Amino acid sequence: MNWLKNIVRPKLKQLVGGQKDIPDNLWQKCPNCAEMNFHRDLENNFQVCPHCGHHLRLSASDRLKMLFDEGEYQSIELMASEIDPLKFRDRRKYTDRLKEAKSKTGLEDALTVAHGRMGGINVVVAALDFSFMGGSMGVAVGEGLISAARLAIVQDAPLIVVPSSGGARMQEGILSLMQMARTTIAVEEVKDAGLPYIVVLTDPTTGGVSASFAMLGDVAIAETGAVIGFAGARVIEQTIREKLPEGFQRAEYLLDHGMVDMVVRRHDLRATLIRVIGLLINTSPAADVLAISASGRGSLEDES
Amino acid sequence: MHNYLDFEKPIAELEGKIEELRHLTSDGELNIADEVSKLQGKVDKLLRQTYGKLSPWQKTQIARHPDRPHAVHYIETLIEDFTPLAGDRAFAEDRAIVGGLGRFRGSSVVVIGTEKGADTEGRVAHNFGMARPEGYRKAIRLMEMADRFKLPVITLVDTPGAYPGVDAEARGQAEAIARCIETCFSLKVPLVSVIIGEGGSGGAMALASANTVLMLEHAIYSVISPEGCASILWRDGEQSKVAAEALKLTAEDLLKLGIIEAIIAEPLGGAHRSPETMQASVGEAIAGALKGLGALDGGVLRTRRRERFLKIGSAARD
Ligand SMILES: [Zn+2]
Repeated sequence: MNWLKNIVRPKLKQLVGGQKDIPDNLWQKCPNCAEMNFHRDLENNFQVCPHCGHHLRLSASDRLKMLFDEGEYQSIELMASEIDPLKFRDRRKYTDRLKEAKSKTGLEDALTVAHGRMGGINVVVAALDFSFMGGSMGVAVGEGLISAARLAIVQDAPLIVVPSSGGARMQEGILSLMQMARTTIAVEEVKDAGLPYIVVLTDPTTGGVSASFAMLGDVAIAETGAVIGFAGARVIEQTIREKLPEGFQRAEYLLDHGMVDMVVRRHDLRATLIRVIGLLINTSPAADVLAISASGRGSLEDES
Repeated sequence: MHNYLDFEKPIAELEGKIEELRHLTSDGELNIADEVSKLQGKVDKLLRQTYGKLSPWQKTQIARHPDRPHAVHYIETLIEDFTPLAGDRAFAEDRAIVGGLGRFRGSSVVVIGTEKGADTEGRVAHNFGMARPEGYRKAIRLMEMADRFKLPVITLVDTPGAYPGVDAEARGQAEAIARCIETCFSLKVPLVSVIIGEGGSGGAMALASANTVLMLEHAIYSVISPEGCASILWRDGEQSKVAAEALKLTAEDLLKLGIIEAIIAEPLGGAHRSPETMQASVGEAIAGALKGLGALDGGVLRTRRRERFLKIGSAARD
């Protein structure tokens, strides 16, 4: 019954009825246009709705796969940090929330750090996964970013950070706030080393994450439609008691207000990054070629 | 005469009685002076008891007390020749952040503080201490100037947080805060921060990325307000008291966690009961902190400031 699984739309599925071997999650409703999308169609389209172009959230691993050459990369093991430093408990224990997030995502925490080649250039990428407690930043994420920065420096490689986060992880209280300072220092180390620091702002990038490392990129690239801002829309609405403007805090709004360099569709992201990084680190490739030719070591063909 | 907090009711009653007695004309029968001093003794005892075991939620209320000395009060008493400097040179002057040049114990400094305002008019003018991007950008401008002239920077933090508004977002609130933190970590001059009241989230962090962070005994410093935390994590704004406990936002907790260097003791019953005493203690504490930093080379100051934060909460890293 593979045929049925693959192409029968939900409506038809209902008509056929009683097909228990068709899990519901094979079809996903687009939160923007409400069209049903088949999972493989979304996968083949970088999780972008084929009907309306809405960018769905991407897991960190999918993100890394789409960015690196041939989807190949090495993720680094991040140093274990103190778990639950405040012994925090709201309606549930923080340790229970963590356990649940770990088993749901298969991740240790919200940040994945990887290195590999992008357009042939060695780069370090740190990506947040929103499905791990809203991509929130606690000690582990802060430590991860510091490690990413140090790795970039050791490898003399550009650092690309892809946030997707609601902000600080409240369950780590003041220690989560301190990550704003610590991640900023990490960025400073990369910049001091003369290496490019590129941020790809994805949906959502808000709170303590936006007000620290996410807004400090040499080049700030926002993904189409991403919500980017400091305060949450609900908090602002409650404060000013009026409706928010159309498109408020969307990537395009930030572009209009001079807060990002460009808004890029997910399909064009990899090519854009390769071009930007190439321009920043490979500053005069033509001159290299001339130098090689002038040195009398023969033609370019011989070089390879 | 005072604005009393809920938990200060018994103190309010006793002090009310003292007020009444003072207004009585002595008819010789009753020794008013004796009675007053007896009652005053009771008040002091009660204050010691109450203030000796304040809950985090009670401290939150004291940190926000309307009579608590604000940034401008410390500047008035501690900084001579204070010369306020205005504007971010891009958009506006944001009075939620006050700052300028002055002399602290004879030496030139740059002082920057978030200011809540003392009365209704002042609170509106200072936007209740909630800065917009232009406020942080003014702070950046002043810090960069301090760096150029090798002047120590003193910051006084008292803010519920950065302003959550459409205009603030449009002008890049997140970027302004991030840049302000970045600037703090670029300075080659001593940077000393004092959390004098409320250290609210990113708006506080923007000015407290310092070499030395001092905190008043009943001040609070937190990633989110207890109310905000309660409504998000407990889905019940009434749980603020519980959230305040869980967040570990008191000076005592933060000293244990290595977030601050020292606690500045408050006068009995809180800073607002004796602002002069408080201002003098804050002056002493800042002088002490600057004395230790003054001898250090600019590069060392910057490196140590960064190391200070890299160490926080990191079990594995040294
Ligand atoms: Zn759609």
